[in-house]
Amino acid sequence: MKGAEVGRLLTANLLCVFAITLTTFVPAFFWDGFTVLGTHLTWLCICSVCVSTFNIILHFVLKPNLTPKRSSFAHKISRFLKSCISFFMSCVLFHAIIVLYGAPLIESVAETFLLAVLLSTFTTLQCLCLLGPNIQAWIRVFTKNGATSIWESSLQITTICSILGTWFGAFPIPLDWDRPWQVWPITCSLGATFGYVAGLIIAPLWIHWNRKQLTYKSR
Amino acid sequence: MRMRSGVFAFSCLLVEALGVALFLRGFFPVPVRTLPRREARGNPPAEPAPSGTGMVSNWTKIPPPVFKKVVIVLIDALRDDFVFGSKGKQFMPYTTQVVEKGTSYSFIAEAKPPTVTMPRIKALMTGSIPGFIDVIVNLNTPALLDDNLIWQAKTAGKRIIFYGDDTWVKLFPKHFVEYDGTTSFFVSDFTEVDDNVTRHLDRVLKREDWDLLILHYLGLDHIGHIMGPNSPLVGPKLREMDNVLKKIHISLLSKEQSSLPNLLVVCGDHGMSETGSHGGSSEGEVHTPLLFISSAFEKRSGPLTQPELVQQTDLASTLAVSLGLPISRNSVGKLILPVVGGKTMREQLRFVHLNGFQLSRLLQENTPAYEKDPGYERFKIAEKSHSNWIKLYLEGNNSEILLNLGKKVLKQYLEALKTLSSSLSKQVAQYDMYSMMVGSVIIMEVLLLLLLSIPKALSSQAVFEVPLSPPLFSLLFYLMCLVLCAVHVIICTSAKSLCYFCSMSWLMAVGVMMLISALMCIILSAIMRIFESSRLPVKNPIVSSFSWSEVDVLILAGTIGHVVSLGASSFIEEEHQTWYFLTTTLCLVLGQELCRNNFLLNECDPQHRTTMKQNFDAVKKASDCKNIDISAAGNSKLSKNTSSAEFIKGSDKWISLASPWIILICCRLLRSLNQTGVQWAHRPDFGHWLTRGITEARFVYVFILGIVFTGTKDLLKSQFISTDPSVKSTGLWEVYSGLVLLAALLFRPHNLPVLVFCLLIQTMMTKYIWRPLTFDAAQTTIMHYWFGQAFFYFQLWLVHISQLTKHFPEVYCVFIIATCSSYAVRIEGNSNGIATVDVSAGFVGLESYVEIPAIFFTVFATYAGPLLWAIHLLYYLSSEVKRSSTAVGHGCFCYALMHSIPVAIYIVLVTVLRYHLFIWSVFSPKLLYEGVHVFITAAICLFFTAMDQKHS
Repeated sequence: MKGAEVGRLLTANLLCVFAITLTTFVPAFFWDGFTVLGTHLTWLCICSVCVSTFNIILHFVLKPNLTPKRSSFAHKISRFLKSCISFFMSCVLFHAIIVLYGAPLIESVAETFLLAVLLSTFTTLQCLCLLGPNIQAWIRVFTKNGATSIWESSLQITTICSILGTWFGAFPIPLDWDRPWQVWPITCSLGATFGYVAGLIIAPLWIHWNRKQLTYKSR
Repeated sequence: MRMRSGVFAFSCLLVEALGVALFLRGFFPVPVRTLPRREARGNPPAEPAPSGTGMVSNWTKIPPPVFKKVVIVLIDALRDDFVFGSKGKQFMPYTTQVVEKGTSYSFIAEAKPPTVTMPRIKALMTGSIPGFIDVIVNLNTPALLDDNLIWQAKTAGKRIIFYGDDTWVKLFPKHFVEYDGTTSFFVSDFTEVDDNVTRHLDRVLKREDWDLLILHYLGLDHIGHIMGPNSPLVGPKLREMDNVLKKIHISLLSKEQSSLPNLLVVCGDHGMSETGSHGGSSEGEVHTPLLFISSAFEKRSGPLTQPELVQQTDLASTLAVSLGLPISRNSVGKLILPVVGGKTMREQLRFVHLNGFQLSRLLQENTPAYEKDPGYERFKIAEKSHSNWIKLYLEGNNSEILLNLGKKVLKQYLEALKTLSSSLSKQVAQYDMYSMMVGSVIIMEVLLLLLLSIPKALSSQAVFEVPLSPPLFSLLFYLMCLVLCAVHVIICTSAKSLCYFCSMSWLMAVGVMMLISALMCIILSAIMRIFESSRLPVKNPIVSSFSWSEVDVLILAGTIGHVVSLGASSFIEEEHQTWYFLTTTLCLVLGQELCRNNFLLNECDPQHRTTMKQNFDAVKKASDCKNIDISAAGNSKLSKNTSSAEFIKGSDKWISLASPWIILICCRLLRSLNQTGVQWAHRPDFGHWLTRGITEARFVYVFILGIVFTGTKDLLKSQFISTDPSVKSTGLWEVYSGLVLLAALLFRPHNLPVLVFCLLIQTMMTKYIWRPLTFDAAQTTIMHYWFGQAFFYFQLWLVHISQLTKHFPEVYCVFIIATCSSYAVRIEGNSNGIATVDVSAGFVGLESYVEIPAIFFTVFATYAGPLLWAIHLLYYLSSEVKRSSTAVGHGCFCYALMHSIPVAIYIVLVTVLRYHLFIWSVFSPKLLYEGVHVFITAAICLFFTAMDQKHS
């Protein structure tokens, strides 16, 4: 059972990676002059939207939640609204953290905010899909040995990888090479994307590797 | 020998400081210099008069100029083969024709590294070789203060016109009657930058109201930087230059009706390497052409020979003589004789005598044993034969013999000049590699020793055995001493250049050698010991499962990352960004830790807790066998659980959760304050509330002294009489607050927010983060160190905001130099002319410049950030003594280690990168700063050790 589960995870993640690669090529056919570096902000929007729709679709198709509860329509609506609010809050929070790291406060707000949106897509949206707007569950998952399924382990790994990728992405900014890609926020957003992709690929492999050690307690 | 970690760390730092001092002395050779030009200047020497007879020469003044108008065309990055090679033949037909058949003399001028424009201009105009110290001492007031050709020409009433690189305008402000500066900032501009020079040319060449015209063309350098020396753009640029030279030459020739001829000088400031860059010392970079074109010269006949090699510095002396000016006092150049070859023998002898006299005076001022110098001896002999020649001449002897005799004297003079000039330029030209190596060997050994002793020094006793006596009596030690001494003798006897380490007394040298070999032996025996202990089987596998927390990972990664980043010049230039980045991350991780601590334990059920407890008990048992600090860690984690359980109650929890964010916001505010600080610094001083007058400042000094004195008294009391720890902590608190007050006094008003935020952050950290999270001493120390560094830059940026140019590091080394030696202050005179606060801090409350307090205040004001954080750390650690008695010792050791790692690695990096383009502008200032910081750290460790006395 576990092997099949890992297989499903792997296909889902590989599809996600494929979607991200598509966002770099496909828009160029429809729109002249589109490059990831040149029209970076557009790419950021496209990538975030694409990844989020893809994740939501995958979530509904694969249904990784073990106990899908029947609930009323009103409950669903309230959950959806709550999710939207937490997504927005996480964008604002990421924006604030990026500004605290030294991003300009007043200039290039759009760039910073789009980076925050991208980061939220890579991290918060996944949590929302998997765990719902349930802070306690989030805290449980993000403490050591808190994951209860391979989907949650994968969530841990991709989230940490995206954030680390962004963190490392900030390193080339002070270099005086004057390259076009050193413009804010290209390095960071590319770092986040690469980190996310790496996380998506690493997660199933890591789970496969450590399947002996991983014993998930039921809740 | 048994040693506590604190004492051990302090002694290691002392040895390291010695190594750093030796390295710095080797890295920055003391420049050849005499008094600044405003000091008393001697009259030019008269012609050497024949002794005995009553005859006195009537030539006592500076000889009249040889040329009427002089035009200097300086083409940036003009390499020798651009003129004399195949490119020259192809693209510079007019110049080649003049060189081959015209009335000209051509030479290859050799530039000394660093082959960067500004030092090269200085070399061309002063004739001295600007060392690093020389460059930075004058950086604050970027104008060239040394005696130089332009200043001499201006004082002699010559009218100078300049077009070209605006470095000249900065170097010689108000010297030119007319100028137009172009900037070298836009490197991709190949044409405009030269057109802006050439557009003035037609107008100026028609006029008669100037004596000296200087043109500095930048286009070729820009092409080289971007496209390299073999690019197709170089040819057209050279052709453009050729046309300019043709225009000038023809116009100069057409003007010559009067008695004196005109002179056109074509030169490059430096060459370019095969990739088009410059700064280093490869052949292409140091060899530049030097052309003298004048109708006074004889037409060249016969086959073209390879141009003679001269020094770039020779141009200054030659031009001075040609223009009838005194030779600049710091010049190490020698006259290029062919240029004045058309003059009579008496005049020529007069010129070389003047030059020799100037050189020998420079030698006298710089070397104590100048009389033994072969150049000086030769000069004296030549002078004697010169006076004999004058005697014959004045007697009216005017035959072939006199001419031949004169030629002989001239030859003697030239020999003397050559020897003098080379022995003078040797003093600055190269790095003193031997001293640098000895210094870095010492530093690396200390670092190794510190690294090897980490497990022992951070053990729960913080006491460990330094294997001192067995290595000292081993055969290896004596062998090594002997070998090193032999190496020393061999190097010093064979060394051609001046070497500081060789010039030390032999007793000192032997002492250093013994120190090196002793350290080596100690390291070896420590390694042996580690091997022995590792051979014992590891009994407890639980210890190995000791997991790393996020903070540990971050601290390790941050330390390694910072050290690695020192290899890139941009990262050094932006080092403040590194520290801000690291402290921000640290705060976020701390915040996450706090969150977990609060929320998890909130919902944590008793069962969970007992399992945790069991877990820690197991760890504790295990660690008891191994004697490592894990017991403390286990304890702390246990107490973490209990303490946070109490801690959950009350509103403190929310403040604690918010505190990392408040700290982050404070840091961000300080950063943006730096960026907007420019307007603040330029605003007229809105009154330093403490230093409005000397009396008030003195009053505050007395007050601070009082506080510090009571603090010290309490400390001493707690050390020797009382056992009450509270006395000690009050004492420390008093010293701390005294220092804070002193900082408040010395800081400029716009720097005070830094101090306020510093206090706020320290209080929050202690109260809401360290206490609940209970890190061990090592972690706390490293975090304090990071914050100290970050605050150093907060403050520094505010200090220097007024001069926030792109050459920030150069500026910041000015004040470090001032800090080190207050050398700059002495040169500038006792004025506040140095606009850096750090030096002016030395004057707060003092009526005039007093060396010792000024240095102390300057150092304190500069390093206030790290110092305040260190003292606060000490205060915190000693208040935590109840928890672990060795906290202070651990802290001291960690502090020393944290500073030794970057210093050691940086010194190796600088040695490797010593020919890097930015070595003088980026790497060296940072090196100086690190050097001074080692001494500060040693002082801090001494204080720590003194406080640790009690718990031995």
